[in-house]
Amino acid sequence: MSASALLSAADIGMIRGERLLFRGVSLTLGPGEAILLRGQNGAGKTTLLRILAGLTQPETGSVVRAAPHHWIAHRDGLKPHETPRGHLTLWARAWGQSTTAIEPLLDKMELSRPSDVPAKHLSAGQRQRTALARLHLENRPVWLLDEPLTALDGHGKTLLLDMIAAHREQGGGIIAAIHGDAEFEIDMQVDI
Amino acid sequence: MTPAPILSAFRQALGEAWAGGAGALLPVGFFAGAAVLVPLGVGTDPETLRTIGPGILWVSLALSSLVTLERIFQADAEDGSLDLWLQTGAPAASIAAAKTLAHWLTAGLPLALLSPFLLLMFQAQIGGALLENMLYYAFGGLAFYFWGGVSAALAATVRRGGLLISLIALPLYVPTAIFGALAMGDGPSSAAAPLFLAASTLFALAVAPFAMGAALRLAAD
Repeated sequence: MSASALLSAADIGMIRGERLLFRGVSLTLGPGEAILLRGQNGAGKTTLLRILAGLTQPETGSVVRAAPHHWIAHRDGLKPHETPRGHLTLWARAWGQSTTAIEPLLDKMELSRPSDVPAKHLSAGQRQRTALARLHLENRPVWLLDEPLTALDGHGKTLLLDMIAAHREQGGGIIAAIHGDAEFEIDMQVDI
Repeated sequence: MTPAPILSAFRQALGEAWAGGAGALLPVGFFAGAAVLVPLGVGTDPETLRTIGPGILWVSLALSSLVTLERIFQADAEDGSLDLWLQTGAPAASIAAAKTLAHWLTAGLPLALLSPFLLLMFQAQIGGALLENMLYYAFGGLAFYFWGGVSAALAATVRRGGLLISLIALPLYVPTAIFGALAMGDGPSSAAAPLFLAASTLFALAVAPFAMGAALRLAAD
């Protein structure tokens, strides 16, 4: 493990029920790097991401989190009555950040028009954009992304890929579980 | 560690309680309904009603608290916000305590505030005792909601976990119910009962958050 690693995991193994999901998974995320998690549906990509985030305890192995991380998952954390602006305000405050950056952020994510629409009336893509906007509320070196491209339209994808590129340029790292084409340069692929 | 995540969790839980429209009034309706139906069942003798009134309200308060316990954590576990709260760096116990306190404020405290009116319907005399009893119901209710929060956290990922929540919560309610009812009677042990009621509530406030925090971590695992 290099001294500058943002996050590293050694020999991770996981059992769910009676089934061995994966074992012997090791990875090291350095600044500016991107790691892609690959596997069939149900192979345990989400579980591995949850282990890396510290939400789930692995059966074997250990994770060293040297830097704070963002968590973007399929379950986006939006409440049915919550608006994109309300959601971002809540998490900006919860993370001790100023709320002044929210207006430009809504604009950047092209959420200005539905900014006051309750999440239950938003499309899947708009919800995903709202969740992805959290990445910019606070500057955290590690992004853990679970299927971030699903539900996004062509324009949304370009937006996210630009965000990822800018983040890596600033020395941030990304670990993503993506089913289709990654559409960005990756440094390491973990097959489970 | 800053208190910002804890305050935000508290504020969100307060907001969510009112977001569902009249949902916050459900326990109030249940509480008042139970109390109103009892005289129909036991007859209208004023002396009987005056004797059983405070106890009936304790039972109604305990049962009304069960009605909405599911709401404290279940939606959070389903929509993914529980994952986000657990990653804020704030102890899970403090997040759980903030959410439970907010839930008690919107669901439990209104019941205590309603109690003087219901006691009047049970032929209680107008006087300072009504306010004193209100205080007992408020304090005892706080214990109910914190113990109930433990069972709600344990059942956070169980679909239709209402029955499970009740089964876990009801035994934990027993000390509060006993001391609460004693505090309002005039038996030989009534003088010390308010102190025991307060002690059992403080015990709940001190212990329950850690149990909730551990249960929520387990729910996310």
